[in-house]
Amino acid sequence: MILGRVVGTVVATRKDERLVGTKLLLVRTTDPAGKDESGYMVAVDTVDAGAHERVLVVTGSSARMASGLKDTPVDAAIVGIIDTVDVEPGR
Amino acid sequence: MMLARVIGTVVATRKEEALTGIKLLLIQPLSAERQPAGKPLVALDSVGAGVSEDVFYVRGREAAFPFLPGEPPADAAIVGIIDHWNL
Repeated sequence: MILGRVVGTVVATRKDERLVGTKLLLVRTTDPAGKDESGYMVAVDTVDAGAHERVLVVTGSSARMASGLKDTPVDAAIVGIIDTVDVEPGR
Repeated sequence: MMLARVIGTVVATRKEEALTGIKLLLIQPLSAERQPAGKPLVALDSVGAGVSEDVFYVRGREAAFPFLPGEPPADAAIVGIIDHWNL
């Protein structure tokens, strides 16, 4: 899973029917310290994340294992809201 | 599978129900020469690894297999703690 931060929402009226009812968020990837990196992705939110929250994003085919996403065409899902990241001193 | 070093821990209270009770660790992938290779990522721990240990981890759908019959949404899981490796 990668670390990210919710930076926006995505609205799409016309989409794959299996995506109807899903919440799409724009997530910017961050380093362990929470600093923004250049990458971003559109991810389906399954844990009710909100703007600016730090989140865990599962990518690839594993994203379909998040609740309610079986057989849906997604490759990124928010599966957790981060409370803390503790990094070994000196890293 | 790839080599990595555990560099930290991640705590998330609100998460997918299938992830409950599973330890989340921050790992830094390593080259065979023990140098950092690529960006750190969060992996599920299935072997009781801890910070500063060298481990190997599996990526992709297979990352959920150590937790069967549970099916956590996992794309990376630590599946072994390395005693040593030689080139």
